[in-house]
Amino acid sequence: MEYFIELFFSGLTRGSIYALIALGYTMVYGIIGLINFAHGEIYMIGAFTAYVIATVLGIYGFPVLAIIVLAGLAAAIWSSAYGYTIEKVAYKPIRHAPRLSPLISAIGMSIFLQNYVLLAQTSDFLAFPELIPDFEFMEPIAHIVGTTDMVIIVSTIVIMLLLTLFIKKSRTGKAMRATAQDRTMAKLIGINVDQVISVTFIIGSALAALGGLLIASHIGQINFYIGFIAGIKAFTAAVLGGIGSIPGAVLGGFILGLTESFATGYVSSDYEDVFAFSLLVLILIFKPSGLLGKAEVQKV
Amino acid sequence: MINDNAQNNKDIKLITEITRSLKVSLWFVFLTFPLLVIKVDALEKTVEYRWQNMLYVAIGTFLVSLLSKFFLDQNTKRKERAALVTEPQIGFLERIFNEPKYLYPIAFAACVFALVFPLIFSPYQTNIMTTALMYVVLGLGLNIVVGMAGLLDLGFVAFYAVGAYSYALLNTHFDLGFWIVLPIGAILAALFGIILGFPVLRLRGDYLAIVTLGFGEIIRLVLENWNEFSQGPSGISNIDRPGLFGMELTLNQSINYMFYIMIGLVLFTIFFVNRLQNSRLGRAWIALREDEIACQAMGIDKTKTKLTAFALGATWAGMVGVIFAAKTTFINPASFTFLESAIILAIVVIGGMGSIVGVIVGAFVLILLPEYLRALSDYRMLAFGAIMVMVMIYRPQGIISNVRKHIQYDPEEKTAKKSVDTTQAGKS
Repeated sequence: MEYFIELFFSGLTRGSIYALIALGYTMVYGIIGLINFAHGEIYMIGAFTAYVIATVLGIYGFPVLAIIVLAGLAAAIWSSAYGYTIEKVAYKPIRHAPRLSPLISAIGMSIFLQNYVLLAQTSDFLAFPELIPDFEFMEPIAHIVGTTDMVIIVSTIVIMLLLTLFIKKSRTGKAMRATAQDRTMAKLIGINVDQVISVTFIIGSALAALGGLLIASHIGQINFYIGFIAGIKAFTAAVLGGIGSIPGAVLGGFILGLTESFATGYVSSDYEDVFAFSLLVLILIFKPSGLLGKAEVQKV
Repeated sequence: MINDNAQNNKDIKLITEITRSLKVSLWFVFLTFPLLVIKVDALEKTVEYRWQNMLYVAIGTFLVSLLSKFFLDQNTKRKERAALVTEPQIGFLERIFNEPKYLYPIAFAACVFALVFPLIFSPYQTNIMTTALMYVVLGLGLNIVVGMAGLLDLGFVAFYAVGAYSYALLNTHFDLGFWIVLPIGAILAALFGIILGFPVLRLRGDYLAIVTLGFGEIIRLVLENWNEFSQGPSGISNIDRPGLFGMELTLNQSINYMFYIMIGLVLFTIFFVNRLQNSRLGRAWIALREDEIACQAMGIDKTKTKLTAFALGATWAGMVGVIFAAKTTFINPASFTFLESAIILAIVVIGGMGSIVGVIVGAFVLILLPEYLRALSDYRMLAFGAIMVMVMIYRPQGIISNVRKHIQYDPEEKTAKKSVDTTQAGKS
C-alpha cells in the first residue's frame, strides 16, 4: 500500500509538470489554433536561465531565499520575453498563411532554439542546485513524498485556480475568450487581438518557465534536449484533457503522470512512454475531442 | 518643392527605420544576455562574462532587422500589385514547372545529369545524393497523405521503420534477399498504415496529428525495448547489400548501384504519383481535403478513401525503409525519431504542398543543405532551423506551390479560357 501511495505522489509530481507546460500549449492552441512546437524549448530556456542566475547569485553569496525568488523571477521574465519574441518573429507574419506553415515554422524555431542553447551554454548535463529546502513538518512522511514534490503539486493546483479565475473574471481574460471564439468578431468589437495573442504567449511561457525551474530542482540535472520530450508529453496531456480547455490540461497532465508512474512501478520502466501514448490513442478513439474538450459541432 | 518633400519623407522614413532597428537590437541584447553572455561553472564557482557576444548580437540583429523590413516591404508591394490584377497570378517558378515546353527539357536534363552523376563525382557525393533521393521518395509518399488527402501525419517515420526492420530481420534470420523483401516491406508498411488508419478515421486535424505522432513513438519505443525481437538500442548490423545477379560488388560499385536503384525508384514514384494525382482516387482525396461533408454527399466512400491514402503513403515509406537498411547495412531505433518525421513533413511543406516538383526541390534543399553547411560545423543545425523559419515567412505556400486546375469563362471570347495546367488535366 505504501508503495502504491509513493507511486501515486510521484505520478502527481510528474503530472503537475506536464500540466504546467500543457497550460501554455492549450492556451495558445485555443487562441490561434497552432501547435506551438517551440513551447518545450521555452521550458528548457526557463530551466537554463534559472540555473545561470541561481549559480551566479550563489557565487556572489546571496541568501537562499533571495536566490529562489530571483532565479524564479528571472526564469519567468526571460522565458516570457522569448515566448513573446518567437510569436512576433515566427508566427505573426504567417498568421493567414496555409495551416501547416506555422507548424513548420514552429518546428524550425524549436531546432533553432535547441542549438542556440547548445552553442551558448553547453551540450553536457548540468547539475541543477536543489533550490527548495526540506521543511521540518514534512519529516514524518518524507519517505513517501518529498518536500519538492509537495511544493510542485501544490503550486500547480494554485496556479491552475488562479489562471482559471483570471480567464473567467478579468478583462484580459474575457478578451482572450472572445478572441478564441471568433477572432474577426473580437476585432470588430474593439479587442486588440495582437495584444491578446502576445499576452497569451507571455503567460504560457512564464508557466512553462516555472515548470522548468521546478522539474530541474526535482530531477537535479538539465541539458539542452530536455524541452523536446517534455514538450511532446505536455502536448499529449493537453490533447488528452481536450485541447483549449484549462482544467482539461491539468487533468490530462495528472492522468498522464499517474499512468507513467504506475506503469514504471508495476510493469517496467522501459515501457512507460508506450503506456502514455497508448492511453492517448485509446482515449482519443473513444472520445475524439479529449476528456473535457467540447465536441466539435459540424455545421453545413 | 514636391521633390524636396519626397526627399524629406524618405529621410524621415529611413530615420524611423533605423531607430526601430536599434530598438529591436537592444531587445535582442536583453533577450540573449543570461544565456549568451554569462557562462558559469558551478564546480569551480567562477563566472565568465562574454561581452563580445553581446556586441555580435547587437550588430547582427540590427542588420537583419533592417534587411528583413526591406524584404517584407517588397513582398507587400508585390502582393498589392497582384491584387490589382484579376487574372490568377502564377509565380515565375510555377510557370516554368507547369509548362510542358519548359518542364520536359528540364526533366530530361536532370535525368541525364543523374545518370552520369556517379561518374563525375566521388562516391562520397554519390552517397549523399542517394540519401537525398530517398527523402524525395519519402516526401512524395507523405505528400499523398498530407498534401493530397489533407491528413496531417506526424508519425510517418513509423512506416519507414517498419520497412527497414522487415528487411533487417528477414535478411538476418531467413536470409531473404533485397529484391524479395522490397515488395514485402512495402506491403507490411501498407498494412501498418491501414492498422493505424482504422482507429483514427474519426479524428480530425490536430487530434489526428498527435495520434499519429504517438503511434510513431510507440513503434520506436517498442523497437528500442523489445530486445529479443529487434536487439534493442544496439540495433541490427551486417545486413546484406542488394545483389546484382550474384555478382560480387566492391564498396564503390555498390554505392553506385544503390544510387541507380534509387534513381529508378524516384522515376517510378514520380510517374505513379503523377498518374494518381489526376485519377479518380486522387480527385477523391482532394475533395475530401477540401470538404468532407460535400465529398460524402457526392458519393465518395470516406473510409475507403482515407485508408487508401494511409496505405499508399506508407507503401513508399516501407520501400525506402528497405533501401535504407540495405544502404547502411546497420539500423537502430535512433534513426526513426520524431525529428525524422518532422523533416519529411518540412520537405513537403517547404517544397510546396501537393506539388511534385516542389517536393523534389524541398527534399534536395533540406537534405543537401545540412551536408553543404558542414563548413559552418557547429552552426549548421542553428542555420537549418533559421532557414526553415525564414522560408515559411517569405514563402508560406512553399518554394514551388501547386497550381490548382482552374477554368475561367470569358464572356467576350465566348469560350472557356483555360489556365496553364489544364493541358495536364486533359491527359488523364
